[in-house]
Order: sequence, then C-alpha cells, then structure tokens
Amino acid sequence: MNLKQCLGAICLVAVTSVCAAKDDLVLGMQLEPPNLDPTGGAAAAIDEVVYANIFEGLTRFASDGSVVPALAESWEISPDGTVYTFSLQQNVKFHDGSDFDASDVKFSLDRARAETSTNAQKQLFTGIDNVEAADDGSVIVTLSQPNGALLFNLAWGDAVILSPDTFDKAKTAPVGTGPFKFSRWVQGDRIEIERNPDYWGEPAKLARATFKFISEPTAAFAALMAGDVDAFPVYPAPENLPQFDADPRFNVVVGSTEGETILSTNNKQPPLDNKLVRQAIAHAIDRQALVDGAMFGYGTPIGTHFAPHHPAYVDLTGNASYDPEKAKALLKEAGYESGFTTTLKLPPPSYARRGGEIIASQLRAVGINTEISNLEWAQWLEQVFRGKDYGLTIVSHTEPMDIGIYAKPDYYFQYDNPDFQQLMTDLEAVAGPEARAELLQKAQQIIAEDYVNGFLFQLAKTGVANKDIVGLWENSPTQANDLTAVYWK
Amino acid sequence: MLVTLVVASVIIFVVIEVVPGDPASYMLGLNAAPETVAALRAELGLTESKFSRYLDWTGGMLRGDFGTSYTYRTPVSTMIADRVLISLPLALYALILSTLIAFPAGIVAATRRGSAADVGIMGATQLGVAIPNFWFAMLLVLFFAIQLRWFSAGGFPGWDQGILPGIKSLTLPAVALALPQASILARVMRSSLLDTLGEDFIRSARAKGLTARQTLWRHALRNALIPVLTIIGLQFSFLLAGAIIIENVFFLPGLGRLIFQAITQRDLIVVESVVMLLVFAVVVVTFLVDVGYAIADPRLRSGLQSA
Repeated sequence: MNLKQCLGAICLVAVTSVCAAKDDLVLGMQLEPPNLDPTGGAAAAIDEVVYANIFEGLTRFASDGSVVPALAESWEISPDGTVYTFSLQQNVKFHDGSDFDASDVKFSLDRARAETSTNAQKQLFTGIDNVEAADDGSVIVTLSQPNGALLFNLAWGDAVILSPDTFDKAKTAPVGTGPFKFSRWVQGDRIEIERNPDYWGEPAKLARATFKFISEPTAAFAALMAGDVDAFPVYPAPENLPQFDADPRFNVVVGSTEGETILSTNNKQPPLDNKLVRQAIAHAIDRQALVDGAMFGYGTPIGTHFAPHHPAYVDLTGNASYDPEKAKALLKEAGYESGFTTTLKLPPPSYARRGGEIIASQLRAVGINTEISNLEWAQWLEQVFRGKDYGLTIVSHTEPMDIGIYAKPDYYFQYDNPDFQQLMTDLEAVAGPEARAELLQKAQQIIAEDYVNGFLFQLAKTGVANKDIVGLWENSPTQANDLTAVYWK
Repeated sequence: MLVTLVVASVIIFVVIEVVPGDPASYMLGLNAAPETVAALRAELGLTESKFSRYLDWTGGMLRGDFGTSYTYRTPVSTMIADRVLISLPLALYALILSTLIAFPAGIVAATRRGSAADVGIMGATQLGVAIPNFWFAMLLVLFFAIQLRWFSAGGFPGWDQGILPGIKSLTLPAVALALPQASILARVMRSSLLDTLGEDFIRSARAKGLTARQTLWRHALRNALIPVLTIIGLQFSFLLAGAIIIENVFFLPGLGRLIFQAITQRDLIVVESVVMLLVFAVVVVTFLVDVGYAIADPRLRSGLQSA
C-alpha cells in the first residue's frame, strides 16, 4: 500500500467513525429545570427535559397536539361517562429494572390528588373519586361526574407515572418508563440522558442526548455558531433568526405554542372594572404592530383566550379591531374623556418588556397613561398574581386549553361571570368532541365580548436546529422536547 | 474575625428575608391552588418563625450543614462545592494570568519611564481598563470559538473529564477576566515602583555600587509590593464573586450564576449561604494579604504577631 492509499484508508476510517458517532444530540435550553420531578413543580423546563423522554403517563400528547395512548394501551368508558377502565401496556419496566403495573398507576394518581399533594396542576385530577388496580394489567378510574377532558388531562407532564419505590428520588435522579434513562446532571451546566435498551415500545434512535443550559441570548447565538449545541428548540432572541435562516448549516423552525399572550386586566380595579374602558383598551391596541415590534413578526394576533390552531377556535380579532377613534369614543362614553392613569407591571420575558413599551405608547395615543414598572418573576407573583395590586400586566399563559381560568373569580384578573362559570361546569360533563367544541366556542365569545383582558397574540415557537436533525417537534402542544423519533440524516 | 462573621450573618439573613417573593409560589406557577402552595410551604419549613429559621441556618453552618435548597432539593453544601470547583480555579487562573502580564509590564514601564515601551504599555492598559470585560469576552468568543473553532463557546465539561479539558474551557473566560485586572495591576505596579525608585535608600544602594538591575531586584521591587498586594487581594475577592457576567457570557456554572439563579427563584437559603461563604472568603483573603505584607516588609511583622 503506497502512501496515497494509506492516507485514503485513514480518511475513510475517519469519515465512517464520524458518521457512526452521530447518534448523540446537544440541545440548548434557556432555563435550567430546578428539579426533574414533573409532578412537583410548574417549571416548564422540567417537562422540556423529562416529558416523553424519561417519564410517561397513561396517555400523551402527539406532536400535533392530539392525545394518544402511552402506558395505557387502550381504554373503555362506561356509558354514563364516569368509569374509565384502562388496559395497560405489557412488559413495561422502570429504568431501575422493576416491573410497571397497575399499582404504580394507582399510587401516582392517588399521590397527585391527595390532600398534601404539591402537584402544580392538581386541578387536572379534580373529579377523580377513586382509582383501583383491578389486576396487574388494568386500572379503573371512577369519577364523581363525567369529565370529557380526563384523557387530555392525563396526558400532561404533571400526570406521569412514578414508582412508589423511587418517586422520592425523582427530583434529582428520575426513574421512569420512557425511551431514555437519566444519566447525569452537572448542575448549572447540563443534563445527560441515554437510550433505554429495555424500552417497551419503539426504541429511541439517539444513543445519548444532552440538554445544555444557556441563559444569555448572545451566548446561545455563539454556542450554535460554534457548534457547541446542535439545536435550540426555543431560541431566545428572534432578532437573530434571519441570520440563521440565511446560514445553510441551520434550519429555522417556526411553530405554534399554547401560549396566549394577554394584557391581563384587573377587572375589579376602577376604572378597569368598567367594560367600556376595557373595550376602549382593546380597540386602542394594534396587534400586528405589536407582533412586528416586540416579536420581530413571529406570533399570531388573537381576539380571545384560545389557541388559533385548535379546531374549536373562533377568530374574534375583529371584535377588538385596531380603531383609536372608536377607543376614544368609548372612553368618552365611559366618562373618561380626558383619559386616566393606571399601572402596567411587566415580568421579565422579552415579550412583556418589549411589548409593554409598545402597548404603553398605543394606549397613550388614546389618552390612557401607564406607569410602567419592571418586576422579577418572584415580585410579579407576589404583587400581581397573589396581591392583585395592579392595573394591567402582560403575561403569556402557556398551559394548553386553559380557558377554564376565567371561571375562577379569585384568579388574578378577578373576572366573575356566573354564566361563564356555569358554562365551564357544563363543559366538564360533556365528552363528545362536537358538543365540546360548541361550548368552547361559546366560552371564547363570552370572554371576548366582556373584554376581560386585552387579547394580544399567540406566542410562536421559534427554534433553530442543525439542518441534518430530523424529528424535532415543530409545534409545542405541551412544553416538551420529545426526542423519541429524533435522528441525524 | 468571628464578630465580623456573626454580624454579617445577621445582616445577610435580615436583608434577604425582607425581599418580597415566595419560593413556593415561584415553583408552582400560575395554575396552583392556594392550598397546594400552603402544602409546599409547610413541606419546605417556610411556615416556621424567622427567628427559629435563623437559628437553624447558623447552627447548621457551624456543623458544616448549609441546609437544603428549596428549589433544587439538594444539600446547599454540595451545590456550593460544585460551583466553587469552577469559580475558585477560574479566579486563580485569571489572577495568575493578570499577575504574569502586569508584573513584567509594570516593571518595564517603570524602569524605562518615558520610553516608547512605557508609552505603549500605558496606552494598552488605558484601553484594558476602558474595555468592558463582557464585550472583550464576546470578541474572544467570536474569534476563537466561532471563527477559528479552537475553543468551545462556553460551558464546562466537569473535572472528571480530565484536567486539561477543564483548563481549556476556563481559558477564554480567564483571559477576559484577567485583561482589565492586569491593566489596573500594571498601572499600580508602575506608579508604586516609580515612587520607590525615587527614595533615598535606592540612591544609597546605587552609591554603594549596585547596578540598576541589582537595585531593582534586591531593594525596589520588594518595597513596591505592598500596594500591589492590596490590589491583588481586592481583585481576588472580586474575581471570586464578581465573575457573574463572564459566567453568563460563557455559560459557566459558577458561584455568580448560582446566586443569580437563586435570587430569581427566591431560593433564600442558597442566597444566604453563598453570600456568607463569600464574606468568609473575603475575610480569609484579607488575612492572607496581611500575612503577605509581613513577608514583603519585615517591619510589619511585630504588628501582626500582637494582633
């Protein structure tokens, strides 16, 4: 073999080893999860690591937002809609090697709905009267009244199944049933997971994945450019996206989320308790200008608290069309011809801080002055969310299908409408998709016509990924990075 | 020293406890029912009185137990230990770099006062003091990580991956931190050395026949060190706690980011313990600088012994 052949052979070896090595993935995330137990905290970052990767529930969200079977292979619903019998997948093992069976399901659901539960979404489990392990392979869930949303609720990350032997370790060393096992956590830097060779379903294509935590937008940019991270599914700086779009190494992925960004309004604080005033605010806001200015064009204007990609969505943006003259007329009618001053308290995300400036100037144009104050999240929770000491604030409500918050009169925007509350109670008892859609549409209409909040825009999911990565979620039906089907081209 | 620490612990506790915000509501988000928040508060021990929590905290610290983080639910001592293993080497690395640059630069500038070298060095240090270190850090990333790809843009592999990869990942941050420090140090070195070189004893040393070089090494340098040591001491304390912006630019999991994150999440016990640790570090460094004075200047030794 002469030198040339020899070099050729070395190159070939080098190339094949590079190809073979591409079964690991480094994902960038802006926030580090505080812990890894999705049943004990609300932080989206927890689900972004563990959902569908490490932990699974009875049902799960598919990438299009539909609810599909997971640990429950199938289910039967009694004719009156109060008894659900779940048949569980066979041969499922937890990552520590122990068997998964009906007793684990009973344990997990009972723990989540218990008196002392610290589950952040405990309301998902209200109405569950009893959970019974009929035999190893089936579970019977009895409800106090029919609940058409049960299968949807059980798909949330907060409803995943943990084992009674290892649940208390879930915060730092989670043991689930998913296609990936937790391998290590270098706190402040990254979390590593690896393929679970004994997975009951289709095994993951990636052998390893790393979640790397980079909070600074400029550092996120550098990390992608330098190749330190392969993808940033929720990229923090939309202003850089055109640059990535122009770079042949990257794909920019723009999808939808469940985040309704709203100008939350204190419905009990004068003059905002006056519907005419709230209506005036709605007409004073130019939503498209807001999306262009604050979000660099990424986002869809909304007219009610509902995700536009949902089949039951009604487009009510016309109800709050941009019309400053009308806004002024409404203010005059309400007795505030010379305008008024209120507070606008902004939490840290850029949609709020940048959006707040734009909204303040749009409101000023019709005579409403706002005193802007920038708050940290902890302050915001204390003052605005718990203390209800605010006039206006901007927040994205990222939970899927959360229109039910308008039925809680003591929720921070303090909207108290018995008709709406009744509608939500009726909705719980309805299981048929068409009948549900009808009620949901009515609900959207009621809050839009009451101008409860300024409905601004649906947050877009803007991600950047290496162009050779296939299978990452485009949309975000729940905040997750499901790596089950991800692979390198 | 003990009094300093006790007073510090009281101030830290009081200041941090009056900050509004509750770790339990932060963790549970927007959908949690009030009773769920109450259940979590009880679980975290937040329902106890402030006084008994202060006693728990300080009592625990005496035994080396810093308590358990509210949000991470891991012992604060291991969290801090992990971060110190990055922040301390980074601070030392930056300090060594800055000293290695500043000493020769300061000496050259002082001994060749008015020369082209002096003007050049002083110009460069002016620039070094003026450039914000995070901006310099971004330039380093752009050039060495994105263009040349010699270094990764940030992150830390962990010491268990080997010493060299660890040091490599700390190199750009250390350079970014060292540049302004080196500039300040070089200027202090130069002026202190110039002062000393003007003293009578230097003239005597030259008169008894020592060369300029011998005078410099045997007499001038040692006497010029006192202000330089003071600055080094201050710089080390600053580097340990104040690297937070650089830690963010290079996404390094150091103490600065830990404290920043803990403040955001109202993880009060972590904030209190890290601040306490930093106070302790500053006290220790100040003590070491005093020892350094005594070595550099024998006249200060008797004073130290009686203290």
